[in-house]
Amino acid sequence: MGGKDARLYSKGRIMGHKRGKRNSTPHTTLVKIEGVENQKDAQFYLGKRIAYVYRAATEVRGSKVRVIWGRVTRPHGNSGVVRSKFRSNIPPHAFGASVRIMLYPSTV
Amino acid sequence: MARNSQVSPYVGRLGRSALFAKKGGYKKTDRKPTAAKEESAPAFKEVEVKGAKNGGKRAVPTAKASRFYPAEDVAKPKASRKVQRPTALRSSITPGTVLILLAGRFRGKRVVFLKQLESGLLLVTGPFKVNGVPVRRVNQAYVIATSTKIDLEGVQVDAKFDDAYFKREKAAKTKQEASFFADPANKASHPESKVADQKALDKAIIAAVKKAGPTMAKYLAATFSLSKGDKPHALRF
Repeated sequence: MGGKDARLYSKGRIMGHKRGKRNSTPHTTLVKIEGVENQKDAQFYLGKRIAYVYRAATEVRGSKVRVIWGRVTRPHGNSGVVRSKFRSNIPPHAFGASVRIMLYPSTV
Repeated sequence: MARNSQVSPYVGRLGRSALFAKKGGYKKTDRKPTAAKEESAPAFKEVEVKGAKNGGKRAVPTAKASRFYPAEDVAKPKASRKVQRPTALRSSITPGTVLILLAGRFRGKRVVFLKQLESGLLLVTGPFKVNGVPVRRVNQAYVIATSTKIDLEGVQVDAKFDDAYFKREKAAKTKQEASFFADPANKASHPESKVADQKALDKAIIAAVKKAGPTMAKYLAATFSLSKGDKPHALRF
């Protein structure tokens, strides 16, 4: 088993943009990380890098797989949801998609 | 408290001298009183000027003043007082700690930490024979420190393993077209000397691994991976 088979990220799900009743703030995305049920557990993930990996129709540099990178910025509420920022805003069609929460930058 | 509020980003409201006055910087200059000057050649000498109406003595400078001077004062850049401090090593990482690599070619592999290099990067080895990871440098941000430690007491890491050792050799410049169609088969092989270095280093490390127990080599050879239901925030590495 080579190093390439190892899963070294937690799974998460894009819940949507941070928003109010009427206004949405597309520059911040809410992510629910699997197995994280409270704010205390969410602390571990602050600063970690997130990858939204998806497939597109056209090839770019020989690959149809694309990534939008982002970072976990802070917890959102008490239920373990986190806020995150991506290099380019997450498009709404990605709502509900899964993301990878990498284990780096590591502090353990 | 900041005395100099900003007009716009990075532009202070006060100039340098105004800020100096406001801060009272003149109170804390560490200028020493100047030592008594040595007697040097007098700046002026007296010259007798002849002439019926305008005669007499004049003070003339011994050294002629330069005929030119810069029209504008050249601003001197302020000397930076910043010092580059060495990267602090995470307290959980000590020589002999088994680390899990998180990114790159060898992600998921367990390696042995040897020492921190001057650049702040960590020097690690697989050992190569055990799990295929050669001596390499890694950033501590891309590493999980486990609680497992291998006793490296008495193991000497050769001083030649420094940052320069890992510098990539510059490829000889070839014509772009030529390199484009270059045969991948005639790629330069790994230099013999580095193979020998690896062997010499790993000899002591492998001995230490053996001493650590019969399962230690197996543990190092196994890759780390998250599986369903694993919670990294709850794991004790």
